[in-house]
Amino acid sequence: MTVLDDTDRRLIAATQAGLPLVEAPYARIAADLGLTETQVITRLSILHARGVIRRIAIAPNHYALGMTANGMSVWDVDDARAEALGERIGALDFVTHCYLRPRAPVWRYNLFAMLHGQSRAEVEDKRAQVRALLGTACRGDDILYSTRILKKTGLRLKDG
Amino acid sequence: MRRHTLPPEALDDTDRAILNRLQEAFPLSPRPFDDAGAALGLSGAELIQRIERLQEIGAITRFGPFYDAAAMGGAFCLCALSAPEADFDRIAALVNAHPEVAHNYARDHALNMWFVLATATPEGIAKTAGRIEAETGLTVWRFPKLREFFIGFRVAA
Repeated sequence: MTVLDDTDRRLIAATQAGLPLVEAPYARIAADLGLTETQVITRLSILHARGVIRRIAIAPNHYALGMTANGMSVWDVDDARAEALGERIGALDFVTHCYLRPRAPVWRYNLFAMLHGQSRAEVEDKRAQVRALLGTACRGDDILYSTRILKKTGLRLKDG
Repeated sequence: MRRHTLPPEALDDTDRAILNRLQEAFPLSPRPFDDAGAALGLSGAELIQRIERLQEIGAITRFGPFYDAAAMGGAFCLCALSAPEADFDRIAALVNAHPEVAHNYARDHALNMWFVLATATPEGIAKTAGRIEAETGLTVWRFPKLREFFIGFRVAA
């Protein structure tokens, strides 16, 4: 488990909603926290290197960008080839999230890929592209469309 | 979060280039917008204006560091259960009442309810799943991620 000190936690709390849109954002954060700009940049760089920060980036709103059809495609892929094929599926430009997950007695699928398109027909076309790419390594697949959002809240960092 | 689609003319080529370029590796430098803008032929001030507008029109949901809950000591887990159709709304209310349930979707499958648990500790996942099982009388199947393959989402340039 990663140990974070109080300054790291203050830095995370100050930036998890986003970076300030000013020309020197790290200096602005530093001023708010009583640190120097160099301290902020160094600490963020270390958090990034340790994987606490996955990336510093823009998150597009798929829905606003016309990707209104979304399906969770799931694949039963040969374990020996799942990692290498996961990399290739994750690199497809219409796949936003791609994960390897454990199987369960009621669930045979180990590779999950979120597919986005402007229509369900387009999502199905992309699903066919994934199927072609997986080839004989895939022993079965399904796709789960969301029918209702039952709850949606953002990530909140808990103390301690 | 905006649930309607922007008209195609809402974004120009530069906006699309920003959406594609800034999905990873925003610079950790004193003038990061100047540095990121240079690759796009924009000044730092122009890039900031563009990002502000993309936020205003809802083309982006967030801009900044994405923290890994697991690396901070917390845990995330995708879970699913199979709720009887007649009892679906009652089960959804029981699941959603837990603050650890970050989001929850109805999906068209025998496993018809899929939700994500976010807890401060790894033990919190099993504990919360156990409580939901006790309250609903249903098995909560857990699908933690073993590996993540991320590249990003590309808009047609």
